[in-house]
Amino acid sequence: MDMFDEMQGQEGHIRDPYATFDAWLSEEDATRLRAKSREAEDLFRLTGITFNVYGRSEAEERLIPFDIIPRIISGREWQRLERGIEQRVRAINAFLHDIYHRQEILRAGRVPQEMISGNEAFLPQMIGVMPPGGVYTHITGIDLVRTGPDDFFVLEDNARTPSGVSYMLENRETMLRMFPELFNANRVRPVSDYPRNLRRSLAASAPPACEGTPTVAVLTPGMYNSAYYEHAFLADKMGVELVEGHDLRIVDGRVAMRTTRGYQPIDVLYRRVDDDFLDPLSFNPESTLGVPGIMDVYRAGGITIANAPGTGISDDKAIYSYMPEIVEFYTGERPILQNVPTWRCNEKESLDYVLANLSELVVKEVHGSGGYGMLIGPAASKKELKSFERKLRARPGNYIAQPTLSLSTVPVFTNKGLAPRHVDLRPFVLMSPERINVTPGGLTRVAMKKGSLVVNSSQGGGTKDTWVLED
Amino acid sequence: MRLAINHTTRYRYTAPVPYGVQQIRLYPKPTRAQTVVDWSITVKGATKQVEFDDHHRNHVMLFSFDPDVTELVVHSQGLVDMADTAGIVGPHEGLTPLWLFLSSTGHTKAGKGCREILRRIAGGTDLERLHDLSSQIHGAIAYETGKSEIAWTAEDALAAGHGVCQDHAHVFIACARAMGLPARYVSGYLRMDGQDEQSATHAWAEAHVDNIGWVGFDVSNAISPDMRYVRVATGLDYTEAAPVAGHRYGMADEDMDVTLRVTQQQ
Repeated sequence: MDMFDEMQGQEGHIRDPYATFDAWLSEEDATRLRAKSREAEDLFRLTGITFNVYGRSEAEERLIPFDIIPRIISGREWQRLERGIEQRVRAINAFLHDIYHRQEILRAGRVPQEMISGNEAFLPQMIGVMPPGGVYTHITGIDLVRTGPDDFFVLEDNARTPSGVSYMLENRETMLRMFPELFNANRVRPVSDYPRNLRRSLAASAPPACEGTPTVAVLTPGMYNSAYYEHAFLADKMGVELVEGHDLRIVDGRVAMRTTRGYQPIDVLYRRVDDDFLDPLSFNPESTLGVPGIMDVYRAGGITIANAPGTGISDDKAIYSYMPEIVEFYTGERPILQNVPTWRCNEKESLDYVLANLSELVVKEVHGSGGYGMLIGPAASKKELKSFERKLRARPGNYIAQPTLSLSTVPVFTNKGLAPRHVDLRPFVLMSPERINVTPGGLTRVAMKKGSLVVNSSQGGGTKDTWVLED
Repeated sequence: MRLAINHTTRYRYTAPVPYGVQQIRLYPKPTRAQTVVDWSITVKGATKQVEFDDHHRNHVMLFSFDPDVTELVVHSQGLVDMADTAGIVGPHEGLTPLWLFLSSTGHTKAGKGCREILRRIAGGTDLERLHDLSSQIHGAIAYETGKSEIAWTAEDALAAGHGVCQDHAHVFIACARAMGLPARYVSGYLRMDGQDEQSATHAWAEAHVDNIGWVGFDVSNAISPDMRYVRVATGLDYTEAAPVAGHRYGMADEDMDVTLRVTQQQ
């Protein structure tokens, strides 16, 4: 299969969006770039942006590798992506509203009822609940991969609490500091207004009980969470409070935080705590990370929870395979962005196919994330294939399979010069009752190992600054 | 028939409670069998925060503990007019899909004990089989108070061979769902014949039968609910229909007592 390199193109001549950058690069001295690359790493260490990797006790906090070669997308390419992302997010939101109300899509037989009824991400407590302004997915991360000049696929939707936006912002800031001249030569659309847009978007989703200027806060599970840095970072950049469950009380029918002037009601809570831990009275009774009674206040219209509880039913990997139907059902339009063809292993014929072609496929757990528990057929050993075959036979409904896509590459800077590495892209999408706002670019994750297709930071992936050019 | 209900639950704490919340489902549901003429709920030691109708159409009130209380009293009283509908509650209503009532929960997971009961079930129609189920459970689990635990599952109660109304309802629900019939838990009041003072609130179960709708089954008394049964809250199991559920901070232990009068006025 031909590999598509976003900089070099397929025929080996520099693609347009990279022309100006390439001209600059060819004038640069390798020693200076190496020094810059080390400097960038030091900057990240200084700002303290780290990531806790689960299941790796020897390296609990680790720096995610940053690569100084930007990933560049033309304005024209972006326009199509942006329309596709908007359409998808609109459809996800409509799907969530439907699933928690009349369930027309199940009645119409377009999504089988078992996909919902047997799904732990479906929260009965959300049935009949209208989130303020009708918004379920205030923040979404849509993971995209590319296989050719015009071929983008959605790999997965992240509609719960997508992370990584702090890397997008820090990467840009670092690049601006390291190479200011590049931003004079290239017209790169800014991303630095993301925190302001996030705050504005959240405030626009305030609940009926809100009086005056909405008060926004970020709820974190605490400093031991792998994304704690990002929670603190976003609260700081938005200029809002970072709170934990035990800081909050129910006062005057509102969820309120303790301040020096007594308890102050929160209008919009950007929570980075999973549904199950959000409220011990409604969900996991053992949870100490949440706020007892917050769901009751929410159901009474006293607070906006962002994202709304129960959005996980839309980004489940088994539901993912129905996204083309979902987009058509709610928008009446053909999906602009393609889905990766997906075999649902709970269907007999699909399972047979997957078992017969295991060494060519990628197999994922339906509820998994972070690249854990997946099989990449072409890279797997005989032993790994055997063990996955057993897992598939034991619990077929727990897995989906997809063809191994030939992901596009973008060069990374190595000691021996540029080398192609596979990338994906997570654009961040904000939704308020008034508008959908897609930040130009997003987080580019890059597999730092040669030939590797796993870009997850928990599996050794790195990141790049992502440029969307003004055409 | 008009029933007058006077229900007080008194919680005493061994130490002052710094903070906590109490969720209360104590407002009888209007149905075709019962009309709420008058109802009031007051709580001493806590302040009402919000109220709403949940996905089972239970009216829920959330209270927060007043600072450092050592006693909390929940009092509800009112008048409900009852009609006899032979245990039939009626068609399924609301947005919550019927299929939800087929999902097993922690309390209502059918295991070995339930399967054993199910093997013995006889009857030509779903309704007959459900009546048989009710009497089989009545025979398998003796009603005995003070010897079971609130956290018991259906299987726990079957293994023990004794339990209270909650256990009877959970076993019935687990078995009905295993038979492919939607089922739910009901908490409410029962006026025992010739008796004004009741020892506790009551619980029973409902199953959904095609062409009839929801039908009640009180396993503990081996009958279907009649005019003496006031439906208050429903849910997939006890946890969703509990009259009171709370979450407290601090170390205090709790001591609870209930007084309940259900009297017939007409």
